[in-house]
This record gives sequence, structure tokens and C-alpha cells, in this order.
Amino acid sequence: MDGLAELKQKWTDAIEAAADEAALEEVRVAALGKKGEVSLKMRALGAMSPEERQNAGPALNALKTELTDAVLARRAVLAEAALTARLQAERVDVTLPPRPRTEGSVHPVSQVTDEVIAIFADLGYAVAEGPQVETDWYNFDALNIPPEHPARQEHDTFFMHREPGDNRPPHVLRTHTSPVQIRYMEEHGVPCRIIAPGRVYRADYDQTHTPMFHQVEGLCIGDDVSMANLKWTLEEFFAAFFGREVKTRFRASHFPFTEPSAEVDIQCSWEGGALKIGEGDDWLEVLGSGMVHPKVLAAANVDPERYQGFAFGMGIDRLAMLKYGMPDLRAFFDSDLRWLRHYGFAALDVPRTFA
Amino acid sequence: MKFTLSWLKDHLETEATLDEILEALTDLGLEVEEVVDPSARLGAFTVGEVLHAEPHPDADRLRVCRVLTAAGEKQVVCGAPNARTGIKVVVAQPGDYIPGIDTTIQVGKIRGVESHGMMLSEREMEISDEHDGIIELGADAVVGARYVDYAGKTDPVIEIAITPNRPDALGVHGIARDLAARGLGTLRPVPEVSVPGTFDSPIKVTLDASVRDRACPLFLGRTIRGVRNGPSPAWLQDRLRAIGLRPISALVDITNYMTHDLNRPLHVFDADKVEGDLLVRTAIAGETLEALDDKTYTFDGTETVIADASGVESIGGVIGGAPTGCTGETVNVFLEGAYFDPVLTAQTGRKLRIASDARYRFERGIDPEFTPRGIEIATQMILELCGGEASAVVTAGAMPQTARFYPLDSGRVSSLVGMNIAEHEQIRILTALGFGVAKEHGGIEVWVPSWRPDVQGSADLVEEIARVASLSRLESRPMGRAPGVAKPILTPMQTREGTVRRTLAGLGLNECVTYSFIDRAAAELFGGGAQATALANPISTEMSHMRPDLLPALLRAAARNQARGFADLGLFEVGPAWTGGEPDDQLRLAAGLRVGHSGPRDPFGARRAHDVYDARADAETALAAIGAPDRLTVTATAPGWFHPGRSGVLGLGPKTPLAAFGELHPAVLRALDVQGPAVAFSLFLDNVPMPRKAQASRPPLRVSDYQAVERDFAFVVDADTPADAILRAAKGADKQLIDAVSVFDVFAGEKAEAQMGAGKKSVAIAVRLQPTGGTLTDKQIEAVADKVVAQVKKATGGTLRG
Repeated sequence: MDGLAELKQKWTDAIEAAADEAALEEVRVAALGKKGEVSLKMRALGAMSPEERQNAGPALNALKTELTDAVLARRAVLAEAALTARLQAERVDVTLPPRPRTEGSVHPVSQVTDEVIAIFADLGYAVAEGPQVETDWYNFDALNIPPEHPARQEHDTFFMHREPGDNRPPHVLRTHTSPVQIRYMEEHGVPCRIIAPGRVYRADYDQTHTPMFHQVEGLCIGDDVSMANLKWTLEEFFAAFFGREVKTRFRASHFPFTEPSAEVDIQCSWEGGALKIGEGDDWLEVLGSGMVHPKVLAAANVDPERYQGFAFGMGIDRLAMLKYGMPDLRAFFDSDLRWLRHYGFAALDVPRTFA
Repeated sequence: MKFTLSWLKDHLETEATLDEILEALTDLGLEVEEVVDPSARLGAFTVGEVLHAEPHPDADRLRVCRVLTAAGEKQVVCGAPNARTGIKVVVAQPGDYIPGIDTTIQVGKIRGVESHGMMLSEREMEISDEHDGIIELGADAVVGARYVDYAGKTDPVIEIAITPNRPDALGVHGIARDLAARGLGTLRPVPEVSVPGTFDSPIKVTLDASVRDRACPLFLGRTIRGVRNGPSPAWLQDRLRAIGLRPISALVDITNYMTHDLNRPLHVFDADKVEGDLLVRTAIAGETLEALDDKTYTFDGTETVIADASGVESIGGVIGGAPTGCTGETVNVFLEGAYFDPVLTAQTGRKLRIASDARYRFERGIDPEFTPRGIEIATQMILELCGGEASAVVTAGAMPQTARFYPLDSGRVSSLVGMNIAEHEQIRILTALGFGVAKEHGGIEVWVPSWRPDVQGSADLVEEIARVASLSRLESRPMGRAPGVAKPILTPMQTREGTVRRTLAGLGLNECVTYSFIDRAAAELFGGGAQATALANPISTEMSHMRPDLLPALLRAAARNQARGFADLGLFEVGPAWTGGEPDDQLRLAAGLRVGHSGPRDPFGARRAHDVYDARADAETALAAIGAPDRLTVTATAPGWFHPGRSGVLGLGPKTPLAAFGELHPAVLRALDVQGPAVAFSLFLDNVPMPRKAQASRPPLRVSDYQAVERDFAFVVDADTPADAILRAAKGADKQLIDAVSVFDVFAGEKAEAQMGAGKKSVAIAVRLQPTGGTLTDKQIEAVADKVVAQVKKATGGTLRG
């Protein structure tokens, strides 16, 4: 059939020349629409002789297919270009800060408590608790501190109000976490391994003391638990807590509830005015400890002839200061947002002893 | 407890260096707190000689001196009136630090004349307060020698902390005993002294029945007549000054010396001011005494006092009285050495608020058996330093019995300490500390010396052995682990607290830890402040009551942060609160507070003020995190510190509130200085039921493959109809098909009333239908929609909005 090549060229050019989808559609309709040139030619096939039709039919069909494909291809190109143009137009200033979201934080006392729990959990210690308004029996007598013992005066104890006529000795705000030793052993017996973290109170307020602070008590009772085991336990704890080996020094001391008693120092350096734990030749006092006094075991209904073990108590706030470098204890309880955000921890930063 | 090295060496024959002694003291449990080595502080200053002094050309009061110093001849400008030719002086060179004026001196010009150093006064060296002129040394001082060597000020002062169980270490002799037991030298025995009396004491002593059995079982005394109570000798003054005591007079200084040297507190009465004999008795309520500290004390009738015919003259074991005190004119004295009960002495001292060296020692327990020797030694010192003649000793009462023994199980010592200490070494240590050790029927008996009242059982013997053997030798010994995977160690409640904490931090709140006690006014705003929750001895009125809730402190914290310029903030705390003053009255709470807006201003208009629904969302998120039931009742019954119309309680029925939430009452905000808006919640963790049983498996998931359909309804209801009532009614319309119901619009207020009538509002809800048996037909959907409308009408009277 004559002119098909020209026809093809003409419409192919027109398709390629279409500048947008509307123009392309016009071209498509003009070529392939009901009254389009190619469609009209196909309609004209009916008037042809069979021989002519045999040639012209497939040729026209091929042309129609080619043009249809060309339209589709062109449409894709135009759509791509239109999208690109739209995306260009949709450009925003990504340097603009996004909608604000506030980051919460976990207080260092909570974080360090969780760290301590995680480490001692690995060593098989459960977590015990006790009330903070405490009877003077649990806070003192049961711990071998009788009423007129000078150690009682050194505790700077807060006393609760007593109504006139109520002749019980006034309750106290617990001055240490040690009463939990008694309460735990009374309830659960021995052998046991526990730690008891929590708030404690002393009537003292200056540069380095606040009337409330946090302690963690440790108690390990068994058949042959010794002070050598205590040293191992503390060294394991410090190594895990500070992330490096930390030497300890045991110094003889005295606490009414332990016998023998020791204050424990950890190795440190003050070189250049900065405190570094686990290196250097200096020592820093961090905790009090000892072998649980037989009278304390007896007060908790534990047979001191049969069982022995160690106890220790250390300051959680102080551990936090040593590890994370807060200079001032008082700021822990001041709720200054700047401090909370600077020294706080992310919600999902949950301490654990595996990776 | 302070002493000097040379003082210690009076009692301890030793070759040990200062450092070795200090290390041993700390290791023995006598923790060294401070060592002041005067030669380190004053060692730079040297002896000089003023060769020539002439007036300063431009200043009347200054003198220009040529001084021969360790560094040669120097010109020094000096303002002291006594700076004159020929005297020996103490010189500081340029670059030396002068402690008394806290300055490092330099070469400088004073009124135009160069000065190369400084001549020092006693105050400038912090030796005394003397500042009338520069120190003039004796002619024997050698130019260039160190001042401290010339003046003999090289004796280091050691201060140690004494634990309450070691009264024996409150005398230098006791400290020396510890060091000797450690092997740092040989203890020099306290000399045996006896001064026979030449006459009978004119003053007699009687112990009243009220004190004889306990308060004062033993009282020794003697009169010494014809003494001269002048200043004590320089060696004694120096020692007292070195440990921070002011020399007063020979008699007083001797008693102070005995107190610190041998831990034997004594008292001297001016015998001429004592009327008649002395009676030791319990005070009579209302009696008074003007004491040596110039204060007058009134007794309540429990104190042990020493009285003469005219009344109370001394408080036993605590402080003497001024009227019978010794002065420079005293010629006849009565020396007292007694034993006062530790507990009663402590009570008296605490009640009267007297902190004396005597009380400190008596309340810890002195050595009663040393009383007679103490009297003899003190008598000898008095006779030596003050002259005079001593009477026979008068004795009232009898020596209190302290003898006791405890068994020692040497194997148990090693087992407890975890360190092998041979039995013979254990015995050596105890013997060196003055314990008597006897092997009896295969066991060991240990007798406690009279100066160790603290040793009350075998366990105390273990401590003595361990500390002398040295805990620094302790080697760590690993402990076994339980086999298998470790069991969970937290209780469900402990886990719950942690979960709440980290959930709230995840919601953008900053965790605070605030004091457990707050001021009464703030406590009262939150339903607390009762007497039962009050501290008897608060540290301040700001911290007087145990907190009833965590919110007051959080609000105060918010106010402080607002004052620092942070207007928008979110704080929370997880911790205890109290309903009363008994151990059981402690609650576990978590509370959160959002103040101001959701954030700073932003270009998207996302900022909005916090409202009650933020607080409810926080509370619900936290409750969900700890497994609270998901169907909670919501009632508008929040406590009075919330806005009455913008607050609620989430609970399991009216008796079990799990959380209160809402906007805070403006009056509360005003009282606590917080700029609103502020919304808050409190979670009552104790009330949240624990899951019945830990069951890991969950019910099978049933999902439908058929298309869900959502239909919207707008109801016109009375303005006070709770949205919850509409939701519940709609949800109940077809329990099979209706999967979820939610509110997506509320139209209320003046405009709404204008459209729908007074007292009306419109609530629009979306109802999601989830078929399980086949796709819903229009007819089925219509049927459900009709049921929803009917149910809502029935429950609330609401009608479909036209």
C-alpha cells in the first residue's frame, strides 16, 4: 500500500513532538482515534480487493501497533518529565528544623540503680526492699545499735512525730538500707544473696551532704561465706561497673552490725586534677562492709552458729558521681532541666550485663 | 583525736618512719584524717640578721634594712616597729608562700625602694595571733639555718578518726599499744607511780544511794595543798597547742594532758571554794550550775552531779563548775578521779548540749581500773609543776567489775575472715593488745582488759585479730554460681516500677528525684500535712512533712525551671509517698506533669497548649505498659487539687483508682508559683492488679478476609452527655459486627447551640464493621446503622443530626 512509510513517519514525528499529555492525546486521536487517519485507512480495507487487503491489512495493523507503542512510550517519557517537574516544584527547605519532639530522660540515680541491679543479678542477687519510715528496732536495735550506743548519735537521725500518750519509741526515717537485711532474713530465711537499693535519710545538709540520698545494701549469707568472698564480690562489681579492673583496699573499721568491719577504698588517680578510677596510686573510700555480726543474725532469727556471711553498703549517688562526673550531690535533687538533660539517660538505655 | 609524733614516741619505742606509722594507723582502723607537718609549711623560712636599719626616705613608719640571709645580704623594707639593727629575725625569700597572709612574696618596690624578701611575725607564720612586730630570735640563732630547726617546730601533728568502739584509743598510750601489736615498735609501760599522802584529806566524798550502783560506782580524790598555779612549762603548752587546746594554767593543763595522754579525764576543784564535803548524787530538778564554759545549766533531776554544802559544783563526767574552778590564786586543790556510767553520761551531755573532752570519753567508756594509778600520776605531775603536798587518797565506792572472758575458736577466725592466721599469731595479737589468753580443756579462753568495754563477745575478738593481722593481706576468693540459666531476680512490682519509669521517659518526660519530705502548706494542698506524717526534727520548714503525693515537689521544680526561663516542660517521678507515719503507710506512686506548651513555636503551627487529654494519654500509656486491664472506668471524680471540670480518674470501679489525671487547679498553681497551663497525673502502682498468672501463650488471632466497612454518625445530644456513653451504646449495638467505635468530632458551644438548640452539642463517631461470614450487603449495613442509632437514642436521648 502506498504512502504507509510517509504516514508512519508523519505520525511518529507528531508523537515525538507532542509536548505534553494533552498534545499527545490529540495526536493519538488524530491518528488512531475513531476518525483518525490510520483508523480511516483501516476502515477503507473493507473496500479493497482481497489481494490488496492481504497486503494492506497486516501493514496497517503493524503501523497501528507501532504508533500505539510510540504513544505509550511517549506518554511514559512525558509522565516521567511531568513528575520530575512536579517534584522540582515541590522542593522544600530541608534545612528547616522539623516539628519539635521532646526527648525524655531517666535520672542518673535510677540508671545507676539499674546498673547495680544488673551486675548483682548476674552474681545471683535478688532485690529486696523495706519501708523508709522504719521502727527504731529495725533501724537500730536489730542491727546491734542499742539505744544509748554512741553510733546512734552519729547517725543524725530524723524522727517521726509521736502523739502524746503514744509511748512507743518514735519511728525514724531509715538512716541506712541495713534494716532490709533483718526484714528479708525474717521473711525468707537464709542462705540468701540480696541487694537492697533505696532512699535513706540523715539530718545533714552542706556542700557534700543532702538530707536524703541513696544507698545499696548487699547481704550474702551461707555456710562458709568469708571476707575473702566479699573482696572478690566487690572487685567483680567494680570491674563490671567501671568497665575496668579496679583494685580494692580493705581497711579495718567498726560498724556495730558487722564484725570484723572494713572500709573499702578503690584505686584511683587524681593526676591533672581529674579523678580516674582504676589507675594510679591513690585510694578513694567508697563503702563500709564486714561480716554480719552474730547478734544481727540472731535478731533476724538466723542461727549464728550455723550461718555466716557478709554485708556492705555503698552510696548510689556517689557511684554515679564517680562514674559520670557530676560534681555536686545537691544538684541530684534540684530537678534543674539543664542538669536532667545533660546527665540523664535515654529511655531505652537499659543497663544489662550482656552486650 | 590529735597527737604529735614525738608525743607518740613517749609511749612507743620505734624506728618506724612517719609514713609507716600513718599507714599502719589507717590499716588498724585508726583512720588518719590529717597530718600537719610544720616543717613542710614553714620549712622555707630561715634565720637572718638585720645588719643595718634606717628610716625609709618617703615613709615615716617604714624602715629600710640590710639583712644578712641564707642568700647573702639583701635589702628588705619592713613596717614593724621593732625592726632594728642587730636583731636576729625570720626571713622569707621572694617566691616563698606566707601562710598567714596567703601570699607568695615577690621582689617589689615599696614607696620607691626595692625590697627583696620579708621579715615575719608569728601571725604571718600562723604560730600565734601575735602581730605587734617581727619575731626576734635569740642571739644563738645561726644565720641561714631553717627557722623550724632553730625553734624545734618539726613535730608532725597527726589527727585520726576514732570509731565509737575504741575508747582505749582516745589516749596516746592506747594508740601506741595498737602500733606495738602491729609490730611497729615496743610499747613503753606507763610508769608505776605512788605518792604517799602526808595528811588526811579535809574534804571527804560520799556516794549517794542514787548513784552508787550505776551512775558513779567509784570516786577517788585527794587534797593537795600549797600549790602555785602559774603557767605550765613550755613543753606542755606546746603539746596542748599542737592538738588545738589553749594552755590555761598548770593545773588545768595537767588534767587536759592526762585526758589526751592516758585517756584519764580528771577534775580539780579549788579546795578553798568547796564548802564542806562532796556528795555525788542525782541532781534535784530545778538546781542550777554555772559551768566552766560560762553557761548556766538547769537540771531536770536525772543528772549525776557532785555537790557540796552550798549545792551542785560539778556535772559528773561532763564539766566542772565555775565557782569552784581553779584560778591563778588557787593554793589548795581537790583532785577528782571517778568512773561515770557511759549511757547516763551520754544522756546528760546530750540533754544539756555540752560537748566536752570528758563527756566524749566517759560516754564511750574509760578504763575504771586505771583510776587509782591515774590519780597518782596526776598527783606527781602537780607536785612537780606546782609544788605542794598531797593528802592520802579518799576512796568512795568500789571498783566496778569488768572481768569477763570469751571462748576463741581459732578455726572460726580463719573461716570468717577468709585468711589463714595461725593460732599462735592470734594469741600473740590478743596478748599484745592486753588480753589475757588461757588454753583451757582444749579450748582458748580470752580475758578482756578493763580498757576494752566494747569487747562483748567472741565476734569482737575476731575483729581485733583481723585488724591487727591486717585486712590488706586479704586475697579475694571467688564464689560459686548457681548452675543453669539465672532465675529472674526482680519482683513483678520492681519490674513494674522500671517499666513505668522508662515508658514515661519515652513519652518525653524528664525524670526527677525529689525529697521525700515537703513543706506543710504544699502537703496540705494535696491532702497531706497531718501530724502523723510530720518529722519531729525537720532540717527546715521546707522539709517538714512526708509527702502525700509526688506532684507538689514536681510543681515546685517546674516553678524553679520556669524562673530559669523554661516555660514548657514535662517532669515525672517514680517513688514513695505516705498516707501516715507508720512503716506500712508507704505508697508506690508515679506522677507526671506537663506545663505550658507541647514545644517551642515552630513553622508548622504544631505547638499547642497541654490539656487534660495529654495527661490522660500519659496515664493510659503508662498503665498499658504495666499490663493494667484495658477497660477502665473513667469518672470525673479526681481529687480537689485538679480542675473540677477538667479532670478524671481511671479505675477498676470507684474503690480502686489506678490513676488520677487532669488540669491542675489554678489555686494550687498559684500557691506553688507555677505559670499555667499545667496538667498532671498520678498513678497508684499498688492498685494495678498483677496479671493472674504468667501465661506466655496468647489466644489465637482471628482475622477476617472480608472487607471492613466504616460508617460515620453525628448525634445531637445534651451538652453534658459524656462521649463515653455514646461510644458504649454504639459499640453494644451489634457485638458481632462492630469492631471499633471512635469519636472524630465534637461540635459544642455557642455556635453549636445556635444550630441545634440550647443545651445541645453534636458528637460525631466512626463505627467500623468487620464481617466474618461474608461481604456485607447494603441492607445489612443499613440494619446495623439503624441499631446504632436506636441504641444511642436509648442510652443518651441523642438523635441523628440532620
